[in-house]
Amino acid sequence: MAAPLEVNGAVRVAPEAGPARRPLRGLLGAHPSLWRLASLGLFFLVWEIAGRIPISFAFPTFLETARAFLRLTLDGSFVTAYASTLQPLVIGIGISAVLGVGLGVAMGLSRTAEWLAAPVFIVLQAAPMAALIPLITFVYGIGLLSKTLAVIMLALPVIVLNGYKAVRNVNPSLVDMCRSFQGSAWQRIVKIIIPDASPVIFAGLRLGLAAGFIGVILAELLITPTGIGDLITYHRSVADYPEMYAAVVSIIVVSTLTLAALEAFELRVLRPEKRRG
Amino acid sequence: MRNITAAAQAAIDHAAIDRSAPGEDIAVEVRGISKIYGDVEALRGIDLDFPRGRLTTLLGPSGCGKTTLLKIIAGLNEPSAGEIRVNGRPVTGPGPERAFVFQDFALMPWATVMRNVAFGLELRGMGKDERQAIARKYIAEVGLAGFEDKYPHELSGGMRQRVGLARAFAVNADVLLLDEPFSAVDEQNRRKFQEDLLRLVALENKTFIFVTHSIEEAVYVSDRIVILSRRPGRVAQIIEPEIDRTASPDAIRRDQSYLDTVEAIWQGLKRYVD
Ligand SMILES: Nc1ncnc2c1ncn2[C@@H]1O[C@H](COP(=O)(O)OP(=O)(O)O)[C@@H](O)[C@H]1O
Ligand SMILES: [Mg+2]
Repeated sequence: MAAPLEVNGAVRVAPEAGPARRPLRGLLGAHPSLWRLASLGLFFLVWEIAGRIPISFAFPTFLETARAFLRLTLDGSFVTAYASTLQPLVIGIGISAVLGVGLGVAMGLSRTAEWLAAPVFIVLQAAPMAALIPLITFVYGIGLLSKTLAVIMLALPVIVLNGYKAVRNVNPSLVDMCRSFQGSAWQRIVKIIIPDASPVIFAGLRLGLAAGFIGVILAELLITPTGIGDLITYHRSVADYPEMYAAVVSIIVVSTLTLAALEAFELRVLRPEKRRG
Repeated sequence: MRNITAAAQAAIDHAAIDRSAPGEDIAVEVRGISKIYGDVEALRGIDLDFPRGRLTTLLGPSGCGKTTLLKIIAGLNEPSAGEIRVNGRPVTGPGPERAFVFQDFALMPWATVMRNVAFGLELRGMGKDERQAIARKYIAEVGLAGFEDKYPHELSGGMRQRVGLARAFAVNADVLLLDEPFSAVDEQNRRKFQEDLLRLVALENKTFIFVTHSIEEAVYVSDRIVILSRRPGRVAQIIEPEIDRTASPDAIRRDQSYLDTVEAIWQGLKRYVD
């Protein structure tokens, strides 16, 4: 939401352009989403040119990649791959969200929980978790369980720490307000602390989701050759670079769409006031 | 022409005398309240009576412990020593007979005006229709009819504090505790708001404990003014401005006894200013 506003701002302060360019600017100014399309279009153009130079035989052009993307979509390869990739991701994120928000809120509310858990998660978040992924091959073998664990390993620390920080930073005046009207401890948590903390909790969930994507794809690349990770590995091994690129692009598309859906959910359910200007 | 009561005049001469008449109906009693935060002594030995149905103001330099005393009365803050009694019963925490209006409004930004005003009732488990009917009445009473579905960020500072006031009225508490409710409101709105407050005081027949650091505001709205000394806060003077409130607001602000009272308080407070 912020990006198009900034773009609008830039339009307003930009020096006067020649009259010939005005209609285009007027059009773009009126439809902020056009700016995003224009930006994407420019990126694809640069990609296409770079691919045609060519930079390397392993670097396909945009159009080749787009064709491969269409092919993989139509022949069902993406559907099969994502069925396998998204399942552990959904389970892992679900577990991390429940556990992470619960733990984070508990740590924010209770000194004991804070002392017990905060150091662990601070260390975990600082550690290069991606490097620890191979560990779970050895311990848990391959399959759904190891992928789910990879997701949790990467997603949980950031969700916990955001929940904890969010609760710590809840407006103390609102907490006093709830107490002054004799709200119970439970009402205080559910009606004040969680809604007030929700923007930061959701920022944690978004970061956790992004990290979870990394976790599941690393697991597929490193441990258990299935899903979209396998699609990438396979097409690389047979030198189908457009297909490999298409698979990588699909990850970006899917994660962007998921994050946007999460944001829409947050605005709708928890912070309705943010939908209005 | 000083229109301060003779007793209050005596209080000015011999500081810190609680001069409530015997037999007067007291809503809130403050007995020997002290508060120490770590190594900061915020309040020392406060003894006060707040008569029922009146508006009493706590006036003092900033940092003298006004908010602290008000939060102790509200049961939001534990005193280091002393006791508060409301309607004769000792205070151990927040209670339904007291409602607080916060300096920073303390509105839930994610809730509409309606939900904010009804929040005290929501916490008590009152049904939605019932609490909204009550909230609607108080929203209208503070002059916000038509704004029920707005969110706090869509309102001006003055309107936000009206929401805070309506929320406190909605729970029908006997005692309203107002912590510098107008300090974050601009000057024009503040005057209008002070006039509205007086109207609501007359209408609601409740006990108001009002905190401000503005002498003019204190004299304009109060039945009684308790002046606190610089930290550690102690009762320095108690003054009863006797102002004819039937006059128009502008007439009051030009009234000689109003101006004299402001001046007398300023003379008393001057020594606390660096
Ligand atoms: N929670 C707290 N912890 C430590 N010191 C506090 C706290 N609350 C208030 N104080 C101190 O107590 C004194 C009185 O504060 P306060 O009651 O807010 O004053 P006022 O409302 O009159 O401006 C100030 O010096 C303030 O710094
Ligand atoms: Mg204060």
